[in-house]
Amino acid sequence: MKKLIVGLFISLLPALTLAAVASAPLDNMEPDHANKASLQRGAALFTNYCMGCHSMEYARYKRVSEDLGIPAKLYEENLIFTGAKIGELMKNSMNKDMAADWFGAPPPDLTLESRLRGEDWIYSYLRGFYKDDSRPLGVNNVVFENVGMPHVMADLQGLCAVEPRIGVDPSVDPLSGDIRNGEVCPEWETEGSMSPQEFNSAMYDLTNFMSYMGDPVKLERERLGMFALIFVAIFFIFAYLLNREYWKDIH
Amino acid sequence: MNKLLNWVDERLPVVDAWNKHVGKYYAPKNFNVWYFFGSLAMLVLVNQLVTGIWLTMSYNPTAEGAFASVEYIMRDVQWGWLLRYLHSTGASAFFVVVYCHMFRGLMYGSYKKPRELIWIFGMLIYLVLMAEAFMGYLLPWGQMSYWGAQVIINLFGAIPLIGDDLSLWIRGDYLISGITLNRFFALHVVALPIVLLGLVVLHILALHEVGSNNPDGIDIKKNKDENGIPKDGIPFHPYYTVHDLMGVGVFLFVFFIVVFFFPEMGGLFLEAPNFEPANNLKTPDHIAPVWYFTPFYAMLRAVTIDLFGLDAKFWGVVVMGGAIAILFVLPWLDKSPVRSMRYKGIFSKVALTLFVISFVVLGYLGIVPATEARTTLAQILTTIYFLYFILMPFYTRMEKTKSVPERVTG
Repeated sequence: MKKLIVGLFISLLPALTLAAVASAPLDNMEPDHANKASLQRGAALFTNYCMGCHSMEYARYKRVSEDLGIPAKLYEENLIFTGAKIGELMKNSMNKDMAADWFGAPPPDLTLESRLRGEDWIYSYLRGFYKDDSRPLGVNNVVFENVGMPHVMADLQGLCAVEPRIGVDPSVDPLSGDIRNGEVCPEWETEGSMSPQEFNSAMYDLTNFMSYMGDPVKLERERLGMFALIFVAIFFIFAYLLNREYWKDIH
Repeated sequence: MNKLLNWVDERLPVVDAWNKHVGKYYAPKNFNVWYFFGSLAMLVLVNQLVTGIWLTMSYNPTAEGAFASVEYIMRDVQWGWLLRYLHSTGASAFFVVVYCHMFRGLMYGSYKKPRELIWIFGMLIYLVLMAEAFMGYLLPWGQMSYWGAQVIINLFGAIPLIGDDLSLWIRGDYLISGITLNRFFALHVVALPIVLLGLVVLHILALHEVGSNNPDGIDIKKNKDENGIPKDGIPFHPYYTVHDLMGVGVFLFVFFIVVFFFPEMGGLFLEAPNFEPANNLKTPDHIAPVWYFTPFYAMLRAVTIDLFGLDAKFWGVVVMGGAIAILFVLPWLDKSPVRSMRYKGIFSKVALTLFVISFVVLGYLGIVPATEARTTLAQILTTIYFLYFILMPFYTRMEKTKSVPERVTG
């Protein structure tokens, strides 16, 4: 019987490791919601480069300002462009029907993007643009083929002339000792204001911010979770002792 | 206090009821770990009811507002995220404990005479639970809610002649719309919970009438002392109440690990496409029902041949329905003279092991996209699933059973 039980659990294991269906290879990104400086930089990037088109309409400015430690007044002055009050939802003023005409599809709301596609995907996508003259906007993306979005951060990253290497580990050439695939983009069409390392770091911050927005309660949830588990563990000790006391005369 | 109790007792048999169901309900003393899952199912049921009531207070059951109201609960409602994760994790936990509870029944023959009705009420609970879970999954109005419901409701369309009208009647519209959402909401929060509670009462009343089975499958009422109390029985309270408290502790530990640290459970409990609002113009790449339905979904997809001029899809639905229906007649398929797997022969043991393996692997196959090899595997496993039942009258009669002891073995 023990074998049967063990067998049951072992056969359940593959189901637990199940993840989303893999498509294009992606770079790994580990979010860190405790890194407030990173989240603040990400919030600034998102507001300046994304929010013109993409809303975060399930979240409120106030929550972001509180969680990220940005004073409300500072937030209102620098990170709200629509004239909204700080307690309002993070909507934008783009008309969805017109946007559909401009880009083929209206820019999606991004509040939950990190939970829909995952942090790896966002981090890779943001760095995956390259020059492609066959596309209406002159750019394409290795992670999201034929995407309707322009490369809005081209002034920061520059424009890669060929398909950037996303999800490829750098390797050392055994003969020359050169590092291969070390850079995301081997050949630039135009240079950006940031170095590739700076841009990677900026996109880490932006992805981290989007990860936070998808699951703003994560840190608090895990903090409370520890207390909940400690409580249950103590509860179990008492339940165990109580049970032993009652059952000692049952043979 | 005593006076108050007497006053009430003269008007309502509270003392009788307490004694019959708790204080002097004599349960076998040799329950093992598998016997925790019944009371755990009650615990999860209460969790679902309580968190469900509070979720209802902030949820908006319209196609326009449902998705946003769930995010409102997650972000703006005090403790809303906890209520929702308790509820969503609770739904999966319900099936985990119910599947364990049913496996216990299969292993120790708890469905056999005189417990046939308990088993049937239990199966009805399982059926209603599936309906409840299915309808609840539409409510967040995400992409997987929408397309999962689409797939399941379209199954009814495979029934000849009346199929299309039937699925139209269920949806209340030509496609899944706010109307479908409204009726699923009504059924999920009012109608089905009432049915579920009624069935749980019947399940327990029937159990307390005939008494609990045990890992030895022995009838403890055959051996009574001079006071008419079974020698191997102990009062449910306090012995099993304190015993179940331990089980509650272990269960909650695991449950809270999921709720607080892995609420999506890697996409098994909350699927990633459900973080995008329902869109009837955009089909997700891969539609999979939630894990607890996937064994049956795999059986549905395993049927690929048209037969007697009817579509393979129709036969898939028949197989899927049959897989659940056949469980109802289980008490009359088992012809073994003994109840428990401990005393059954090698055939029964092998059959149950194969059955469990086929169910679990089918569950896995129902999650992943189908390929040719996987479909073949699903066909083999579906056959094994059914053979477990169909051959049961034969292998339970043919095999050599061990002799059952007079008293429980601890």
